[in-house]
Amino acid sequence: MSARTDVTRREFLETAGAAGAGLVVSFHLPLGPRFRPTTADPFAPNAWIRINPDDSVLIVVDRSEMGQGVTTSLPMLLAEELEADWSKIKIEFAPADKAYINPMFGMQGTGGSTSVRAAYTPLRKAGAAAREMLVTAAAETWGVDKTQCRAELGAVIHTPSKRRLTFGKLAAKAATVPLPHDVPLKEPKDWKILGTRVRRLDTPPKVDGSAQFGIDVKVPGMLVAVIARSPVFGGKVASFDATKAKAVPGVRHVVQVSSGVAVVADGYWPAKKGRDALAVTWDEGANATVSSASIAQLFAQRAQQAGAVARHDGDPDAGLSAAAAKLEAVYELPFLAHATMEPMNCAAHVRADGVDIWAPTQFQTGAQGFGAKIGGVPPEKVKVHTTYLGGGFGRRFELDFIQEALETSKAAGAPVKVIWSREDDIRNAQYRPANYHVLHAGLDAAGHPAAWTHRIVAPSIMARVFPDTIKNGLDGEAVEGGVGMPYTIPNVHVDYLLTDTGIPVGFWRSVNNSFNAFAVESFIDELAHAAKRDPYEFRRDLLGKAPRHLGALNLAASKAGWGTAPPAGRARGIAVYKAFESYVAEVAEVSVASDGAVKVHRVVCAVDCGPVVNPSIVEAQMESAIVFGLTAALYGEIAIEGGRVKQSNFHDYPMVRLAEMPKIEVYIVPSSEAQGGVGEPGTPPIAPAVCNAIFAATGKRIRKLPIGKVV
Amino acid sequence: MSPITFTVNGKSRSVTDSPDTPLLWVLRDTLGLTGTKFGCGIAQCGACTVHLDGVATRTCVLPVAAVAGKRVTTIEGLSPNRSHAVQKAWIAEDVPQCGYCQSGQIMAAAALLAKNPHPSDADIDAAMTNICRCGTYQRIRSAIHRAAQGA
Repeated sequence: MSARTDVTRREFLETAGAAGAGLVVSFHLPLGPRFRPTTADPFAPNAWIRINPDDSVLIVVDRSEMGQGVTTSLPMLLAEELEADWSKIKIEFAPADKAYINPMFGMQGTGGSTSVRAAYTPLRKAGAAAREMLVTAAAETWGVDKTQCRAELGAVIHTPSKRRLTFGKLAAKAATVPLPHDVPLKEPKDWKILGTRVRRLDTPPKVDGSAQFGIDVKVPGMLVAVIARSPVFGGKVASFDATKAKAVPGVRHVVQVSSGVAVVADGYWPAKKGRDALAVTWDEGANATVSSASIAQLFAQRAQQAGAVARHDGDPDAGLSAAAAKLEAVYELPFLAHATMEPMNCAAHVRADGVDIWAPTQFQTGAQGFGAKIGGVPPEKVKVHTTYLGGGFGRRFELDFIQEALETSKAAGAPVKVIWSREDDIRNAQYRPANYHVLHAGLDAAGHPAAWTHRIVAPSIMARVFPDTIKNGLDGEAVEGGVGMPYTIPNVHVDYLLTDTGIPVGFWRSVNNSFNAFAVESFIDELAHAAKRDPYEFRRDLLGKAPRHLGALNLAASKAGWGTAPPAGRARGIAVYKAFESYVAEVAEVSVASDGAVKVHRVVCAVDCGPVVNPSIVEAQMESAIVFGLTAALYGEIAIEGGRVKQSNFHDYPMVRLAEMPKIEVYIVPSSEAQGGVGEPGTPPIAPAVCNAIFAATGKRIRKLPIGKVV
Repeated sequence: MSPITFTVNGKSRSVTDSPDTPLLWVLRDTLGLTGTKFGCGIAQCGACTVHLDGVATRTCVLPVAAVAGKRVTTIEGLSPNRSHAVQKAWIAEDVPQCGYCQSGQIMAAAALLAKNPHPSDADIDAAMTNICRCGTYQRIRSAIHRAAQGA
């Protein structure tokens, strides 16, 4: 036993002893959040499990639940190896703590479709180690050999005598067992929980109104703030007159914060009325003349220049000039807002002795850092209470709403919850970048693609959030999927022109993949038609070096009945794309009415995401990602005029609703390949699949999103 | 300000909020019933749906003065222990993802089934206009059909 473990256990026992009756944690594996070791240990395998005397197993979920199912999938990983009784599992969200750093990010955050991938091995190991300690405790209690004991459904059983002790009864003794190392993991064939359609643990509180989202947080003495922000991106408060705002009954304070002027009141309604009554003069700054038209012009100008080279195979110029047929296309996509159903909000209480933050956040250590900076306290004095998130989609990786709550609480000297209206949300986001693509290709005399060039012009998210990652003008993330163009073509060139527009850009479900997929999968479709080939067969024949793309493509085509006649009036389009290490193919069945209205009737989706933890959640995530991408393809556009966002709410930034919902069928490719994510990869292929179907139906090629009406 | 009195989940409540305050904010901020959600403030998304005298109603634009003397049922009052057929069907179909819109979806579905116990797909299309940004619509449709069969 290492000295470190001794210290940890002693700390644990002291703390447990001091905790008092009622909520005594009788068994908490070392390295847990409250019992941090003194030496840094980046891999703290057992920070997630707490077993109570009543046999309940509390699992600390260290990723944010924003709909993607982590409150079920992560406990499944632990419970499988622990041999827990699933009906005894309880969950709570992790505090901000080094023990919960996402190993794929180096910070505590949820995004990039990483949750299950990052946890897949560590959580199973943590469960296995805990199980081993419980088995050892039982064997010692009975004075029998450990190999005669097994764990099953929340208990340890001595197989020869059939004696049985539940985990709760073994917890105290198990806490004294040395932490085992390298306990072997179960073979997938022995899994009882993993790979099954376990119902979500977060469903019951989400059907009776009891699930607590950030906007629901209430603490004693809490006030609510609504903030007036500059209508133009980057604008600042020049002056303000709070007289009328303060006259609204219920308004308590009007304070200036970094993002504008906060009206603090007894509740949302007086705060909003106060904000509406506030008179603010803005210094609109440099972006006041930016418009969608000026941005489109900027992109087109930039596209005339050579970009930072992201991929270069063979001799694309020679390949193009020698081609029998040449194609050129320009694709344009707009800014997009996330429009999470729960508008941005955060509650904070900044005090001299510490800070509390209650937030629907994807980024706990980021919130903690802001709390420390604004509160003037060390990070360990900042408690981050993560609530359920009413949608994330990348928007809640940002910290703007958290900073506002901290600043407003500090200025008001009270706990304050900042709530954004929907208009605030649509008009003050970090948008999916608008972007512009120029593609060229050449086909040889036999119709095989001989050369492919792809120029990507777009603002860079990474240049804003992690500028150090930009090398020689290249944002490696912005060209994902362009560089990864999977088709066998001998001469390829992909380059990139980082182009700032003054409009803030950020992570939006599937990020840059959402636009590169559209360009690549639309253009390959154009090549197929130019070569007079079936678009599915054309792709298939070029995917010899991309077996997982091919597997997904073949499964989707087969399940969709590709090659058979679609129902009358409909046409099919196909697309395949890799994102977040998962491979997704989608076939859309579409009709276009005589007035140009597009109806998507059916989407067949095939996904290869490697080993599956919960097929029901994978299916739900594919459906969800498809609807998200379909909304963007059909309607999504954030337009800019005078440096302002023109849209404001769901009437002019519409969403797909139930009546427009296609029938979606999801098929999972059986796969033991490397695991991929599932939250985002379903989004990129849907726009090109739909537009390729529109072309098949009408002969009209959609090169600019949103689709709107096909005329 | 004279109090405004109405019934919430079977209990008489009197509030002194400004009469123009939308019922949504009276429920959430004054009465502490946070199951009913704020989504848009312009009756577009349906997250704020409750039953007003049994009819599905969007409360983000409904002044509290307009509900004086009326009967309001929120998600918290739909059933004890999630026993309403719609709630049971929602659990069986594992409908929610983020869950934020689901109170409103469930209240809309419960009102639909109260009026039309066996809705067709077209009936569901017409009645269920609430927005779900997670795109749970397919499971919502299945769950409504399941609830119609007694969950």
